[in-house]
Amino acid sequence: MLSEITNQRTVPNIFVNKVHMGGCDRTFQAHQSGLLQKLLQEDSTYDYDLIVIGGGSGGLACAQEAAILGKKVMVLDFVVPSPQGTSWGLGGTCVNVGCVPKKLMHQAALLGQALNDSRKFGWEYGQQVKHNWETMTEAIQNHISSLNWGHRLSLREKSVDYVNSYGEFVEHHRIKATNRKGQETSYTAAKFVIATGERPRYLGIQGDKEYCITSDDLFSLPYCPGKTLVVGASYVALECAGVLTGLGLDVTVMVRSVLLRGFDQEMAERVGSYMEQHGVKFLRKFIPVMVQQLEKGSPGKLKVVAKSTEGPETIEGVYNTVLLAIGRDSCTRKMGLDKIGVKINKKTGKIPVNDVEQTNVPYVYAVGDILEGKLELTPVAIQAGKLLARRLFGGCLEKCDYVNVPTTVFTPLEYGCCGLSEEKAIEMYKKENLEVYHTFFWPLEWTVAGRDNNTCYAKIICNKFDNYRVIGFHVLGPNAGEVTQGFAAAMKCGLTKQLLDDTIGIHPTCGEVFTTLEITKSSGLDITQKGC
Amino acid sequence: MAVMAMAAALRGPGGRFRWRTQATAGGVRGSARGAAAGRQDYNLLVIGGGSGGLACAKEAAQLGMKVAVVDYVEPSPRGTRWGLGGTCVNVGCIPKKLIHQAALLGGMIRDAPHYGWDVAQPVLHDWRKMAEAVQNYVKSLNWGHRVQLQDRKVKYFNIKASFVNEHTICGVTKGGKEIEGALEYGITSDDIFWLKESPGKTLVVGASYVALECAGFLTGLGLDTTVMMRSIPLRGFDQQMSSLVTAYMASQGTRFLKHCTPSRVQKLPDGQLQVTWEDLTSGKENMGTFSTVLWAIGRIPETRSLNLENAGINTNPNSQKILVDAQEATSVPHIYAIGDVAEGRPELTPTAIMAGKLLARRLYGQSLDVMDYSNVPTTVFTPLEYGCVGLSEEEAMARHGEEHVEVYHAYYKPLEFTVAERDASQCYIKMVCLRKPPQLVLGLHFLGPNAGEVTQGFALGIKCGASYEQVMRTVGIHPTCAEEVAKLRISKRSGLDPTVTGC
Repeated sequence: MLSEITNQRTVPNIFVNKVHMGGCDRTFQAHQSGLLQKLLQEDSTYDYDLIVIGGGSGGLACAQEAAILGKKVMVLDFVVPSPQGTSWGLGGTCVNVGCVPKKLMHQAALLGQALNDSRKFGWEYGQQVKHNWETMTEAIQNHISSLNWGHRLSLREKSVDYVNSYGEFVEHHRIKATNRKGQETSYTAAKFVIATGERPRYLGIQGDKEYCITSDDLFSLPYCPGKTLVVGASYVALECAGVLTGLGLDVTVMVRSVLLRGFDQEMAERVGSYMEQHGVKFLRKFIPVMVQQLEKGSPGKLKVVAKSTEGPETIEGVYNTVLLAIGRDSCTRKMGLDKIGVKINKKTGKIPVNDVEQTNVPYVYAVGDILEGKLELTPVAIQAGKLLARRLFGGCLEKCDYVNVPTTVFTPLEYGCCGLSEEKAIEMYKKENLEVYHTFFWPLEWTVAGRDNNTCYAKIICNKFDNYRVIGFHVLGPNAGEVTQGFAAAMKCGLTKQLLDDTIGIHPTCGEVFTTLEITKSSGLDITQKGC
Repeated sequence: MAVMAMAAALRGPGGRFRWRTQATAGGVRGSARGAAAGRQDYNLLVIGGGSGGLACAKEAAQLGMKVAVVDYVEPSPRGTRWGLGGTCVNVGCIPKKLIHQAALLGGMIRDAPHYGWDVAQPVLHDWRKMAEAVQNYVKSLNWGHRVQLQDRKVKYFNIKASFVNEHTICGVTKGGKEIEGALEYGITSDDIFWLKESPGKTLVVGASYVALECAGFLTGLGLDTTVMMRSIPLRGFDQQMSSLVTAYMASQGTRFLKHCTPSRVQKLPDGQLQVTWEDLTSGKENMGTFSTVLWAIGRIPETRSLNLENAGINTNPNSQKILVDAQEATSVPHIYAIGDVAEGRPELTPTAIMAGKLLARRLYGQSLDVMDYSNVPTTVFTPLEYGCVGLSEEEAMARHGEEHVEVYHAYYKPLEFTVAERDASQCYIKMVCLRKPPQLVLGLHFLGPNAGEVTQGFALGIKCGASYEQVMRTVGIHPTCAEEVAKLRISKRSGLDPTVTGC
């Protein structure tokens, strides 16, 4: 029988992972050529080549790329409802409770501004313009549903198995999946990718989980939130506060310390002061200590007690809605990582990985927001997920580059940046080795609309001793995201101040301001704008 | 061209430019100081106070030279005239983009209800109010330019210039229309921005970017607008992009009469204009009535009244443009020409400004830098904006051969279009690259909202010698339109569907 299968009469007759190797000599040869090692690694006794836990941007990108490379792949995705009971479909934070609904609501707020501007440009219609929250959220949720559906379709087309269950490791290479009804199934895989993302953090004070909402709830809130207190100064907090103010609501932001931690602080303060000028109230150096319900309703009434961070002072306020945006926690603590020994940062819950997104357990990888010391951005997760799949299954060596990643904060005045903040640049290169060029600019569209001059701001940070290479790019103004993207590409190619000066502007745009930057910060010269 | 900038300079000791005022130019004589009566000497005399001329003049003044700018706006046949600053400020980029913005705002008012805003109907547009706001802004810029000249001690003469001989000057019109009735009844882009009343139902003749931009914003403001073009739209631009530009305009309500050429314009008793045109395909004559006929069939350089031959300056007999070398020098070594008036230069404001500055620095500073006219980015502000930099697909094929060019492309849907239920069929990006690795980027073409803002940064990338791989390694900014550029994976050659789906 054996000789019929193998056409070999001698012993030993060796198989590795169902592949016939041959006798002793052939096995030694295979060992020398590395084939043996490879066969030992490819363990086809598992149900799947790859199981991805988490169906967000990073997880889906990785799963689909692996499937394209011919692997058998499963995606586990399960949304634990928020304390307010909100849950959603496939696609993760970005699609459901992040970038997509956020940008659409931001657009709604910008349209409100456009309606104001339009009268100056000759448009005439009834004075009364009201905003209807329900119409907006319904339209946004419809779009999101179509994206959820699109993701499911795309998984099906690529023959990725999608299971709407909560995944937990039970032993090495084995995961337990629990669905909404509590039914458990178990799956095994050769490799795992953790892409479970993060969820909003709560304050841990009386009344927070009962009465407060987070960004998980805001975008599908079935009623207008009314007078709102936003707690936090993260970009999520400022974006939400900006949107709600733009829709005509009374909004207060309670800030413990600095705005937009981690971003360039000069820019952050400018973002904040624009918001303040446009109706957002800021309560600086306060933290809430108690939230109490005064009235039920949609929305109801809540009393918030807050305490100063600098003294014994306490204040009280009454709001319809309290939105917490004080940070996000990684969803890594309840998935049995301890069972297989994957290390996490005890404090933050984040997973440390090496430069190929590998955890301390060699067959377990991680991408996205849960990575320690990496960026929490959709396109980064997508890039990391794709490249990971290509390295694992496609023989590709390219690693995800986390340097010079551009991003944009969609506050009422948008803030786009790429590279280093001024603080970070000074820390790395010392102030005397840097030259910072900056200027205000006045978008042409703002002139006739009568909007503030000397508000939009552009800044670049150059390294004097590296041919004035641009190491930081910052822009505050309309369409900052659209402006920043191309400059990020240019920074990838080694952008210098000279190249900026040699490039011709596109007239009249906001982006052209970067081709005519002349005033250095160190000169102290006036940067207010006069004329064309 | 209305933006006409010529710089005349003499180098070396005693080199002076003489200015002889004519008896008619009383204002100038009154301001003449310290020179023989009616004669003043300057290191540099700039003829034309547009973007290029002003930039050059100011730069030279900053370098310590005695400089004068001579600017005179010959009224358009309809009598429209304007202040200092040239085409861009008065009858070009600035009023154009502002009225384009007015039209975009109209689109946003239509989008607003989808986003929950209750806007009471009807929504009307008041041309007069818009025009006044735009004109007030332009006037503030005119004033700003005069103040800037004064601050830098540049003398400004609002009179017409003409060469007496190669060192002396004593003191420039629109497309020639040899069609009956055109001059009397038609207007041009010189007039449209200064109209006090709405132009009403408009026929735009021409297929230049000026024609399409004007037709686009008129349609956007709710006017019945027709474009009549003899051959192709946006000659010189990538033709696939051009046809998408016009397809979007057509979907927004602009009518197109293709392969037609006007033969006669007559004024009817009720003041309407009756236009007769020939359909070049069928050879038939057709007729239609319009309130306004706008000619945008090209621009001609403002050189005829300068008496260039008195100074011995060579021009191209066909285009009437001034022949220049890489240093911007004309056939007369101390006379230079920059901007739209110079032969073979891109007719763009920022190009003229940079050329003007660099010229002044070469003349009076220590600089040797000459203007690099390659990879100049630009944007056409049609209803769907078109931004481009580098080579068109046709040009890339012609230069490098089809087999050596790889074109990556995508149809995408801006996120804001989804909820507003806007049609995104023409939102399209293409990147023209060399096929051989590392696939140097030769050209980028972007059609969609905020195309100017998107294109600017990538223009730098191309200037830095970006390769396709480098652009692909750039992480996108989500959710923007610009991120689609960094996600272009489908090559035309592959024949795969370039429609972007999902997130």
